[in-house]
Amino acid sequence: MERDDIIEYSLDAHHSEEEGRQIRAKIWRVTGLLAIVTAVEVTLGAFWHEWFPQAWHLVKWTFVVLTLVKATYIVMTFMHLGDERRNIRAIILLPYGLFILYLIFIAIWESNHVHWAWEMFQ
Amino acid sequence: MSGEATKTLSNDVLWGGGRSPFSISYGKMMMWFFLVSDALTFSGLLVAYGFVRHSTTEAWPIGEEVFRALPFLHGSYPLMYVALMTAILIFSSVTMVLAVEAGHRMDKKGVIKWLFLTVLGGAFFVGSQAWEWKHFIHGGGGYITTAEGAKYWVHNDTHDTHDPAHAPGFHLVLADAGHYMIGEKELEGEEALQVWNERVNYVDGANMVRNEYGPPQYANFFFFITGFHGFHVFSGVIINLIVLIMVIQGVFHRRGHYEMVEKAGLYWHFVDLVWVFVFTFFYLL
Repeated sequence: MERDDIIEYSLDAHHSEEEGRQIRAKIWRVTGLLAIVTAVEVTLGAFWHEWFPQAWHLVKWTFVVLTLVKATYIVMTFMHLGDERRNIRAIILLPYGLFILYLIFIAIWESNHVHWAWEMFQ
Repeated sequence: MSGEATKTLSNDVLWGGGRSPFSISYGKMMMWFFLVSDALTFSGLLVAYGFVRHSTTEAWPIGEEVFRALPFLHGSYPLMYVALMTAILIFSSVTMVLAVEAGHRMDKKGVIKWLFLTVLGGAFFVGSQAWEWKHFIHGGGGYITTAEGAKYWVHNDTHDTHDPAHAPGFHLVLADAGHYMIGEKELEGEEALQVWNERVNYVDGANMVRNEYGPPQYANFFFFITGFHGFHVFSGVIINLIVLIMVIQGVFHRRGHYEMVEKAGLYWHFVDLVWVFVFTFFYLL
């Protein structure tokens, strides 16, 4: 029987020593970036009360943006999705993206109303 | 049959179209599809958490007040332990991607080294989570409520919850709404004992019904989200261990490629990715 994991047509299944050096350099660069972003998040989480006592909304959105930055680097570099063909990237990211946007929208919308109802009838 | 196929591939392998439309193997693509569905499961949990938190009218616990302990140390280290766990998981994700890179060069020794470190990091993370659960369930002393409806935090030096009133350093703190174990007014000695003896309720630690941190849903989501993620890490460690044994046996070297390391790696990075979101939405926000 023919194996179904033949990877002759997979992109980047093998690479040379020289390419390996470049890829490793990129991996360490991304590692440094992720470490810095995490350190910033933790410091901000622990000290924002003292440093920016009024700016919770700004701090909150900073966390969300930094998380998305981290997620992008993990998916694109560590999971090599950035090196795959554009069509496979699209069929993985687009359906998920559309669905999660809808899920977040509906959760915020509905929870606003539930909150209002509880305050009203408590 | 090994993966050493002839260069002219049969039409079956190429989806009957003469060429692969995505330049990606069946195994990797199915792993990606699984990860998308698993990502939706985790999104569902986190969105449900957001829904409950946003709709509740009670004060919600603050992450940096609840998670501030370190093993073997006394004192307050807000979010340090979770940060350490995050660092361990990101580091093990890095060693995994280095194992994949070594596999692309057919460097068996390199794969073994990096994959072993990945397994080690994952095991460390699971252990850390066990400690965090233990600490969360035990709690920091708990609170009592009085007949008048006042709420007092129970403090003592040994975090004793069985007989806190007779532990050294026992005192009560009138609770500040919305904060954990903090308050302005302290009661000590006889005065504290009297309030303790007249308590109508003592809540300490956390379980599925009630917890000292805040609304019951808070602990329920903690157990469910970190538990579900922890189970993923646990199975990831097992999968990596099996792949490591197969690498040592030379299975993939004979096959001609280390794609199995890549597929296990996709799962492992996904586990790291989920933790990045859990860290932000459960602990930081």
